[in-house]
Amino acid sequence: MEPSNNKYPASSKLFILTGLLLLSVGMMFGLIGMLQYLIPGFLKQYLSFEKIRPLHVSSVVFWIIFGAIGSVINYVQQYTGRVIYSQRLVNIQWALFVGTTILILISYCLGIFGGREYWEFPPVLALPIIAGWLLFSINFIKSIPTFRHQPVYVWMWLTGVVFFLFTFLESYLWVFPYFRNNIVNDMTIQWKSYGSMVGAWNMLIYGCSIFLMEKISGDKNYGHSTIAFALYFTGLFNLMFNWGHHIYTLPSHHFIQYISYAVSMTELGILGRILWKWKSSLSDVKKHFHYIAFRFLVAADWWIFLSLLLAIMMSIPGVNLYTHGTHITVAHTMGTTIGINTFLVLAIAFDILHVNCFGAVPYTKYFNKAYWLANISLFVFWIALILVGIEKAKWQMRANCVPFSSMMHQIHPLFYIVFASGLMLATALLVIIYPMIKHQFECYISQKSSHAKSV
Amino acid sequence: MATDRQKRMIAVFLTASFLLYSFYLYYAMPFKRDIKNQEASEGKLVWQRYNCNACHQIFGLGGYLGPDLTNEYSIRGHDVIIAFIKSGAPSMPVFHMTENEMNQLVAFLKDVDRSGRADPRTFTIKSNGTIEQ
Repeated sequence: MEPSNNKYPASSKLFILTGLLLLSVGMMFGLIGMLQYLIPGFLKQYLSFEKIRPLHVSSVVFWIIFGAIGSVINYVQQYTGRVIYSQRLVNIQWALFVGTTILILISYCLGIFGGREYWEFPPVLALPIIAGWLLFSINFIKSIPTFRHQPVYVWMWLTGVVFFLFTFLESYLWVFPYFRNNIVNDMTIQWKSYGSMVGAWNMLIYGCSIFLMEKISGDKNYGHSTIAFALYFTGLFNLMFNWGHHIYTLPSHHFIQYISYAVSMTELGILGRILWKWKSSLSDVKKHFHYIAFRFLVAADWWIFLSLLLAIMMSIPGVNLYTHGTHITVAHTMGTTIGINTFLVLAIAFDILHVNCFGAVPYTKYFNKAYWLANISLFVFWIALILVGIEKAKWQMRANCVPFSSMMHQIHPLFYIVFASGLMLATALLVIIYPMIKHQFECYISQKSSHAKSV
Repeated sequence: MATDRQKRMIAVFLTASFLLYSFYLYYAMPFKRDIKNQEASEGKLVWQRYNCNACHQIFGLGGYLGPDLTNEYSIRGHDVIIAFIKSGAPSMPVFHMTENEMNQLVAFLKDVDRSGRADPRTFTIKSNGTIEQ
């Protein structure tokens, strides 16, 4: 029987629903951005690319962050069997995050920037994010009665909570002239913080997916197993020291390259573990495949494999020299943020949202088709981006290369494949998430009206 | 199976190493030279204020719609860059920058240009897979 998640306050669902709305909006901005590749000058007067790109990136990054926070808040309660330490702190944090996200998106639309890549908003808007994260940290730490003898997912949640705060603060060191007055220094610290920050939110999401997997399989031993902790420490090691592959070609310290290159090779162990696990988990897949949350876990497993393969290759400096600054990097980002982060948060969202005030939500007849369409179109999207990247890599390594605009003209046909597969992917994801949002909204309206009647 | 104490010790060791690495980097920044040129320093803020990084790269990091601008100053020079900013391009809007902002931005690009070469052809791949310029 699928467990009910309704005994705890609904605030965690609010985070996930907000995230799902941001994902929908973010995909729309992504498609507009892609159209600007196909039709140069499209919407140039109103929403030119320097506005669309941060609108897309921030919307989807906040989807992942909102989703991760909502998942942790919900699962902490399920794990401890108690209501979260302070419901009020959760509500304040949600209000802070929603208010800030809206202000950030408005500032982008108006062309008001001031930050750096990925956090392009005026730096003052980072303050409510820091405040909100502090509230989340307090709530999480106070909700766990003791940190002794905890399963791996509690370690992962704690790691994610602490390291996100550290790396987010680190990413704002540029406001001090000491850090920003030389571009190489500035970019070294920027990519150090970004590389680890992604690892931090991955810790939150992977922790939740392990909790979910235990819940589905009913096996509570994995979270305490040696292999789980070995993988956790490998992940932590990479979170801390593997960020250098972003800046191999930056004239920074040489030791950054050597450390990152060596540390990234430990990921081969994770790759081997995935292959080994597949061999032994085929029966589990057959057993649980009817459960929708499980299907997204299986899809994410494939994407972890593909993304890790690409990441390990890109971590070899000699290979990175070719892939750096090309769409192969974008392919890697899309594989990890959609194939892994989005699919895992969707698995958790299905687990948390599928039971509401009406009972279990019936899945639409389109779900199966949408699930396969999402996976196939993401694969085509990923391959097309790699092909674009290979063409650019060939161009930038050529002895006498044609001008940049001519190169872009030559690879233009590939952008049609990127756009078409992106459009199919967005459609499939919308078909999947629309019933979740609709049912929760109807539930909210029905509860409000019954409350009004009783008053 | 590792005990709780052993797990905590590994976590503490890794965290201490990470903090040591981080603070060493903050202290021993790759470039000791500070920008004494106030104009270039202001130019970096202009770069951020107009979100040039959304389309352009520096050292291969940034957007992909426009070209990498790391060594644009030595390739095209001051006047051509100013002309581009003033007239825009098919995908690039005219940003209506002030004369002062344009000069600051070009001063920043001049400083970036002096920091190093971004052209991947200028690197050598060594037998152990590392690269050197």
